[in-house]
Amino acid sequence: MDWTFNNDMPIYSQLVDKIKLSIVSGQLPPGEKLSTVRDLAAEAKVNPNTMQRAFQELEREGLVFSQRSSGRFVTEDMEVIMEAKKAMARQYILGFMENMEKLGYTPQEIINLIKEGKEEDKQ
Amino acid sequence: MTATFECRDLGKSFGSTQALRNVNISIAPGRVVGLLGPNGSGKTTLIKLANGLLSPSHGEVLICGEEPGPESKALVSYLPDKTCMPMWMNVEQLMDFFQDFYADFDRQRAETMLDRLGLDRKKKLRQMSKGTKEKVQLIMVMSRKAKLYLLDEPIGGVDPATRDYILDTIIRNYDPEAVVLISTHLISDVEKVLDEVLFINQGQIALQASVDDIRQQYGKSVDEYFREVFKC
Repeated sequence: MDWTFNNDMPIYSQLVDKIKLSIVSGQLPPGEKLSTVRDLAAEAKVNPNTMQRAFQELEREGLVFSQRSSGRFVTEDMEVIMEAKKAMARQYILGFMENMEKLGYTPQEIINLIKEGKEEDKQ
Repeated sequence: MTATFECRDLGKSFGSTQALRNVNISIAPGRVVGLLGPNGSGKTTLIKLANGLLSPSHGEVLICGEEPGPESKALVSYLPDKTCMPMWMNVEQLMDFFQDFYADFDRQRAETMLDRLGLDRKKKLRQMSKGTKEKVQLIMVMSRKAKLYLLDEPIGGVDPATRDYILDTIIRNYDPEAVVLISTHLISDVEKVLDEVLFINQGQIALQASVDDIRQQYGKSVDEYFREVFKC
């Protein structure tokens, strides 16, 4: 995982986003056992309490769950994963649309541009 | 729950100079705290008061509820701002030395960290570079199972890769029930490993807040926020 961080957001929420991305992209498959908070914190070079907070957030969202003695796992509920994936996609689109509108494009023009881009990719 | 480290209305004067005044701090177990302030703001004075090298002119310092003394020294592991180890010793002898003086010294932990560095146990400290000496000293300090680690400028004079190694050593080895207090002005390097920060300026605590709260509230890193607060 890429463990670089932006300056303008809390570190725990960036950890949540990174782990979430790994889950929805299948890099961390459903049911996969996660490394311990301590190991992951060391890997990301962050404070273990911050990593713990990120996991609590992911647990709250239902993307991971912990089993008392055996550790923490990625959820096997595909619906929850798909929902998270969609939410992330919506967020990306929102950011993209915002930037495109700053450039002065209307939504219809943006759609046309995307189609043109896809055509060019094919060729 | 008793705070691991507490200052109550703490003040320290050297002659007519007030190095610290009205310092009130309380740090709960399990926190990694950055003591951040410009040069001459009182960071080292505060740390020396905490480990009993200086005594307060006013107010009190408490370590797990006790004033600094022989009992608190058994709980506090201190990394001074200058390397101070017997330079004629080799690493093996240094470990014997720590084992003699500190009942909580975990030799196995020290050995593991030294192995990671690939350090020759027979090498004398005098023959080591400045950065290597700092690493060795940090390994000794972090190999104690202390309740309070006081690290005065642990990354001051070393290259960025060594900084990473040192911060990694701190994260991997601190006890979840212990407090680590790190004094530094290299904020961007330590920011990610901290729970909270104490801003100290002209002998007074200007702010105690969590790193993520500062980022959330101001939309900028602690480093950027510090530059804004202490703009010259």
